[in-house]
Amino acid sequence: MNRTDPTGRTDRTVDVLVVGAGPAGLALATRAARAGAGRVEVLEREEEPGGAPRHCHHGGFGSPPLPWVTGPAYARRAVAAALDAGAALRTGVTATGWAGPLTLETTSPSGLERITARAVVLATGARERPRSARLVPGTRPAGVFTTGELQRSLHPHGHHPIGRRAVLIGAEPVARHAARTLRRTGTQVVAMLTQHPRATALPGIPLLTRTTVSELHGRGRLTGVAVRHEDGRSGVIACDTVVFTGDWIPEHDLARRGGIALAPGTRGPAVDAAFRTGTPGVFAVGNTLHGIESAATAAAEGAAAATPLLAHLSGTPWPTPGPPLLVQPPWPGPPRPTSRPPRPAPSSSAPPNP
Amino acid sequence: MSVTTRGPLPGGEYDVTVIGAGVVGSAIARELARFPLRTALVEARDDVGDGTSKANTAILHTGFDAVPGSLESRLVREGSGLLAAYAAESGIPVEPLGALLVAWDEDQLGVLPGLAAKARRNGRHDTRIITAEEVRAREPELGPGVLGALEVPGESVICPWTTTLAYATQAVRSGVDLHLNCRVTSITSGPRPAPDDVHTPHTRHALHTRHALHTLHTVRGPLRTRHLVNAAGLHADRIDRLLGHADFTVTPRRGQLIVFDELARGLVRHILLPVPTALGKGVLVTPTVHGKVMLGPTAEDLDDRTATGSTAEGLALLREKGRRILPALLDEEVTAVYAGLRAATASEDYAIRAHPAQRYVTVGGIRSTGLTASMAIAAHVVELLAEGGLPLSGARDPRPVRMPNLGEAFPRPYRDAGMIAADPEYGRIVCHCERVTRGEIRDALAATIPPGSLDGLRRRTRARAGRCQGFHCGAAVRALFESEEPHR
Ligand SMILES: Cc1cc2nc3c(=O)[nH]c(=O)nc-3n(C[C@H](O)[C@H](O)[C@H](O)COP(=O)(O)OP(=O)(O)OC[C@H]3O[C@@H](n4cnc5c(N)ncnc54)[C@H](O)[C@@H]3O)c2cc1C
Repeated sequence: MNRTDPTGRTDRTVDVLVVGAGPAGLALATRAARAGAGRVEVLEREEEPGGAPRHCHHGGFGSPPLPWVTGPAYARRAVAAALDAGAALRTGVTATGWAGPLTLETTSPSGLERITARAVVLATGARERPRSARLVPGTRPAGVFTTGELQRSLHPHGHHPIGRRAVLIGAEPVARHAARTLRRTGTQVVAMLTQHPRATALPGIPLLTRTTVSELHGRGRLTGVAVRHEDGRSGVIACDTVVFTGDWIPEHDLARRGGIALAPGTRGPAVDAAFRTGTPGVFAVGNTLHGIESAATAAAEGAAAATPLLAHLSGTPWPTPGPPLLVQPPWPGPPRPTSRPPRPAPSSSAPPNP
Repeated sequence: MSVTTRGPLPGGEYDVTVIGAGVVGSAIARELARFPLRTALVEARDDVGDGTSKANTAILHTGFDAVPGSLESRLVREGSGLLAAYAAESGIPVEPLGALLVAWDEDQLGVLPGLAAKARRNGRHDTRIITAEEVRAREPELGPGVLGALEVPGESVICPWTTTLAYATQAVRSGVDLHLNCRVTSITSGPRPAPDDVHTPHTRHALHTRHALHTLHTVRGPLRTRHLVNAAGLHADRIDRLLGHADFTVTPRRGQLIVFDELARGLVRHILLPVPTALGKGVLVTPTVHGKVMLGPTAEDLDDRTATGSTAEGLALLREKGRRILPALLDEEVTAVYAGLRAATASEDYAIRAHPAQRYVTVGGIRSTGLTASMAIAAHVVELLAEGGLPLSGARDPRPVRMPNLGEAFPRPYRDAGMIAADPEYGRIVCHCERVTRGEIRDALAATIPPGSLDGLRRRTRARAGRCQGFHCGAAVRALFESEEPHR
């Protein structure tokens, strides 16, 4: 079944192709493989499977959440379950684009492939908006992080602190985890700020509510953040590290490249109650639908999607698009458009003549 | 051939030293590398192209709107052709998209015929005024209210980072010494040679008199040189004053820019230039060779030469203008915001001056076109150095360089089955948003001019330049960078 074309791309077919080995993708693969869906293959672009929980070294994972189950332990279990069920797990493989409605192009150290499936599942997760996407003005010094980068930088070998004094932007659970991580590795957290009127403070960390960051200062390394209270008061907090937390956006790159309609508000693929997107045969599950939910919620979605996926494999017709299921946006902001025309081919392929 | 980043500078005398390794200084060093001379390129920062040259709009201009008859007009015209050819030879990505100067009101529409006439005086005969209907057909996502446009077919976008790096790499490989982290703080010069000495051609030995020397005092100690080129960009007037000249003053003119995610690239096909009016040059929207869309720049005259920060007002202004030009752009994610400072002077032309008796050339006031004109400026400056007695014999063409491709419209390693088969590291994607592989990062860290920081690595590979800004790959990229650091 393997063919290689003149550009060196190998063609293969599978039954179910899952993009993303996080809780949602793994749960779906586990169910589908166990139910005898045929070849169920999970692609993961990172070197290790497990998704976001791998970087969350605190407890509270699982359903029900258990204080002693850490993210990495939870991820290991999910991986073992998928393998056990007979799913194929391929790490270091990136789905880079589409070559057909149910055909993905991939890159990995072993080469380029074009994989066609009877069902494709997008389980690509979410990311936090970084400083630039939040349009925070000022200089561009080092010492500016998202929680994602912070966690990956400090674990598992978190011996040396990332800075001396840190300010956290945001006060949701992810910010509190970031605060604990920073403290554990020797960075003092000098303030936590949120635009909201209320939030849960952490002992020993000043919480500034109704406050936004208005500018970053420093050349080379961050020296401070300018902050402004709703009532107009403002000031500068001296620090060498700032972590932008929360403000999640789905990783919708593949969905958009495939012309799959997005839901207004969340900017994840628009799906019906059975996790079906507007493109027949393409499902979407987990945080790629709605920014951040718990790992258990994402996994529950993956498991729930297995039933309609199996139905699709056995010939149940894809519904014609009905009214889209609207999901409330998790952050305040204007509605965003649902879809864009696909990218035109680059207008040139050769350098100009002088 | 050497690149130094710390410690004392080599002794002895250089034939020529260029201060400033921006795009202009690096182009001059590359041009000088063709001759059997001992040449140094000294740079205050930890990398080449780390000043204005990294933070511009990256357009390879045709010079259609230059002041006809000015030096800038000539050098931009010559330079754009030279650089386009050099880019093709060296693998610097260029996309010849062509520009549309879009008129949004009657005033702007009225200016277009005059601009077309100006373009002709600048040697550009291929511009054309097109109707609103044609504009809309060619740019369907434009906002409402377009009245027409001037089409300028020759305008292109280019990679500014690769350009400077290619020049400097070729210079270093051809024997130029590049000294980084080497800010020049003062200069002492020996007495002038006797006047009749100056214009007679002489050999290097004849020049080798004890007094005919400049000593550059740098933060890394002294460096002695017979001829001197000042390409210090925003600081060129200060260096000029160290040599006793005060004929121009640099006024930093800040340009803030917003770069939108690759998913916005399908919204725009041409470089959308504003129509210049009495109220200023205005804001443009352009694709970049890295597959993104850029909105900017602002134009703010400042006093502070280090004010490369963005401001809330600047970003609000850009968004307001951008919403009018390309409404859908504003719904896309922003990947980067930055600001560059143009080295403006009171004059509408470059301030390139030869001081042959001092064996000194100053290259000042290279405002908004220095990237485009760089190669022509370099050739011009080397001619001026010859007037000061620099011997220019024995020229040879430097060995061609081939730079790693950062352009989205050209083959990149992650899509190249042959490269991956030969070396699987080109199939190992580390930066997912930009699809940068470990092979490319490894190559950049081992290159002739290795990056001095993560920002330098980004300019060489695009690692961390995408929509997540390091959320996914930041830690991995930093680990790769730090694993190489002890070797530097
Ligand atoms: C917003 C904006 C948009 C632009 N768009 C375009 C465009 O689309 N197309 C185009 O062609 N041009 C454009 N330009 C102009 C272009 O970027 C500049 O003309 C060009 O970078 C000038 O190059 P340079 O080498 O003279 O200066 P720089 O790039 O500033 O280089 C000067 C170097 O000298 C070093 N230096 C200074 N003082 C010392 C010292 N004492 N000792 C040692 N080293 C020193 C500096 O650190 C710096 O690296 C734009 C500029 C801006 C700001």
